[in-house]
Amino acid sequence: MSRPTPLLARYAESLFWMARYLERVENLARLVDVTQSFDSAGQEAVSWYALVRINADEVGFAERGLSADADVVKRFYLLDATNPTSVPASIEAARTNARTLRPLISTEMWMQLNVFHRELMAIHEDELQGDRLSRLCRRIKEGVQAHTGITEGTFFRDEGWHFYQLGRLIERADQTTRLIDIKYHLLLPSVVEERRVVELTQWSVVVRAAAGYHAFRRVAPVGFTPSDVVEFLLSDTSFPRSVALCVVQMEWHLTQLRSRYGLRGTVPALERVEEVRAALVGRSVERLISEGLHDFLDALQRDLIMLAGEIGTGFFRDWRPLLEQTQTQSS
Amino acid sequence: MTMSAPDPFDLYRPDPYFCELTRSRVGDGGTPELIRNRLRAIGIEALQARAQAAENDLFNLGITFTVYSQATAIDRILPFDCIPRVITASEWATLESGVKQRVAALNAFLHDIYHDRHILKDGVVPADLVFGNSNYRAEMEGFSVPFNTYVHICGIDIVRDEHGDFRVLEDNARTPSGVSYVIENRHLMLRAFPDLMAGMRLRPVDDYGRRLREAMTDIAPAGVEDPQVVLLSPGIYNSAYFEHVFLSREMGVPLVEGADLTVENDRVFMRTTAGLRPVHTIYRRIGDDFLDPSVFRPESMLGVSGLMRAWRRGNVALANAVGTGVADDKAIYAYMPRIIRYYLDQDAILANVETHICREKQGLTYTLDNLERLVVKPVGESGGYGITIGPRASSEQIEAARAALIADPANWISQPVVGLSVGPTLTETGIKPRHLDLRPFAITGRSTWVLPGGLSRVALKEGSLVVNSSQGGGSKDTWVLADDAMQAEHDFPRSEGGRGA
Repeated sequence: MSRPTPLLARYAESLFWMARYLERVENLARLVDVTQSFDSAGQEAVSWYALVRINADEVGFAERGLSADADVVKRFYLLDATNPTSVPASIEAARTNARTLRPLISTEMWMQLNVFHRELMAIHEDELQGDRLSRLCRRIKEGVQAHTGITEGTFFRDEGWHFYQLGRLIERADQTTRLIDIKYHLLLPSVVEERRVVELTQWSVVVRAAAGYHAFRRVAPVGFTPSDVVEFLLSDTSFPRSVALCVVQMEWHLTQLRSRYGLRGTVPALERVEEVRAALVGRSVERLISEGLHDFLDALQRDLIMLAGEIGTGFFRDWRPLLEQTQTQSS
Repeated sequence: MTMSAPDPFDLYRPDPYFCELTRSRVGDGGTPELIRNRLRAIGIEALQARAQAAENDLFNLGITFTVYSQATAIDRILPFDCIPRVITASEWATLESGVKQRVAALNAFLHDIYHDRHILKDGVVPADLVFGNSNYRAEMEGFSVPFNTYVHICGIDIVRDEHGDFRVLEDNARTPSGVSYVIENRHLMLRAFPDLMAGMRLRPVDDYGRRLREAMTDIAPAGVEDPQVVLLSPGIYNSAYFEHVFLSREMGVPLVEGADLTVENDRVFMRTTAGLRPVHTIYRRIGDDFLDPSVFRPESMLGVSGLMRAWRRGNVALANAVGTGVADDKAIYAYMPRIIRYYLDQDAILANVETHICREKQGLTYTLDNLERLVVKPVGESGGYGITIGPRASSEQIEAARAALIADPANWISQPVVGLSVGPTLTETGIKPRHLDLRPFAITGRSTWVLPGGLSRVALKEGSLVVNSSQGGGSKDTWVLADDAMQAEHDFPRSEGGRGA
């Protein structure tokens, strides 16, 4: 009934980035919440600074002359619009993209995001204090989840939807690798039993930060080890935030773009994603750890960056197709 | 509401102005009275609460225009007044035919001045008004457009004087805006005031997008079966961006920016994920100056290089055509009644506001003799610059205007101060008369269609005659009553015992 309508390259780019920024907002809120709720007393500075490390913001943080203090880190991520990785900066970017997309997205999507944006731009210093912080984080998470639900229920599933999903999945996979990486040092062989307990508590926090605690308890062995956690986050394709599931889904979306919409620009991205999947699926986590988990995660993050780049060159801003190519491919 | 609630219309005093809701008119079918009764039943407090909620809706929906100041961008809504403005079927018949006539004359004039220039040779319009106008585009000379339509989308500003006569204040033949509010206002009324609207037989406004798309298809290059129409916008930072979104959605066409388009071999394409796709008609919402940096302003980042060549080759259609600004100028405006007579051999159905052309001896003498009661306007300027409003001017200002008039009469026109009609408007202190104007929108491809009603703008400040949104203006829903012939077409369920109870 409906005839295929061409998708402007600019719209594809905006969808990709809108989804990425919103995913970032949700992850950030969850990280702050988990850090606040599950921290061992006396370790506050270290655990709050972990947020800075996860987001690779050490440089930006230092340039501002900030110290690794709980309040400082909270402000840096929840109030400081000049910090490009903060909640206000991300929601602003998401909304700017949504504005560009207004002809394309549903009115309900736009309205929710518009109201949500206004709410987040007005976060007050007081809301960072005491028990109010956790409520704030919940509101932020639920705001993005409402967006996700509205999108699921109202956004037309044509080409643009695939670009939206790709942006979200790349961001999500990237976040999970960072989450694992930050606790990597804990994987060193433990000597003392007490230290082992502390470490396992820490790993539970990581699983919670990935919203996977309950699922993990369900599938993990009773006496689970850190490598069980790594395996869960990295390669359990039943877990929505595992890197492996994200990669499998990316592959599906790229394949759809290619087969249903005939987009030839997908070739390099598909090749890249196949490589990543091959590196992840069917590899023993024990072996990954023994060969150097940090290096592996590092390579994975680089792959995701390159994948985003390939999608960008294939379809977005930098893309300057030649007329001849277009004419030969149009059917 | 309690029995003792005061009648909100008790203290309503529109005199000496023509009131669009309380003045009884032939053929109003009792609708204005019914509206007043329903407003009384709802009561002032409930009206205010609902109006507030409705405005919040507009804000949340992002039906806003953006105001930039220093480093910040502020989203503003066009304030909305919930008391509708009513136009009877016969009033609308006059307005509609008057607008069509005006559009026909504007198009005939544009075709003539860019071709044979009969009207200049016959001395009806002074040639220097045309060639000296900064909106005259030599690039258009000898170039013909489909159906000789230059002004595909036209907004004509109309006011109503103390006697209830409609008069044209201004033609907008370039990229008139505001139509999205006409349609959104109606939706808002249906959401927030269903009890006010129940059973009212009104001409619908939802057809605009389809009509516009149809006209854009009409004018596409010949031989293209299913032409690709796009709306070209300056982008999200433009204050009318919401309207661009709205219109592209209503038409079902992509909203593009200059960077999305490219010209290859004198053909226009848009960049899509699947490659370059041909574009056949561009409804552009950017000014002539910015349209094509290879022809007009070279620094323009908003336009598309090579667009003019592609257009002149007949490979793409542009709406509105380039160079229409010469026809909606204040100086030409003064000649519009003569232009209508020249091309159509008819009297103007909608009169101008009485205008004295100071380049003509009679007009100058009259103006100089009556400066204290006239508005004196320079012809080349826009946006209200250089205007002297006689009744409000100091004697120094009057003398300065006199000197300027004598020094360069051709640069001036003068008009009497028009006592614009008023409509009952909800204010913090109850229902008060506020001045209104009306901007109907006409779409022309093969033929002309006028959206029933138009944008009613209201000056929300007491006594103010300025309806512009930048200066405290708002808008109202405009109800054109369906006449009997149209009842079958739009038979809304009636309630409350019907009209005229």
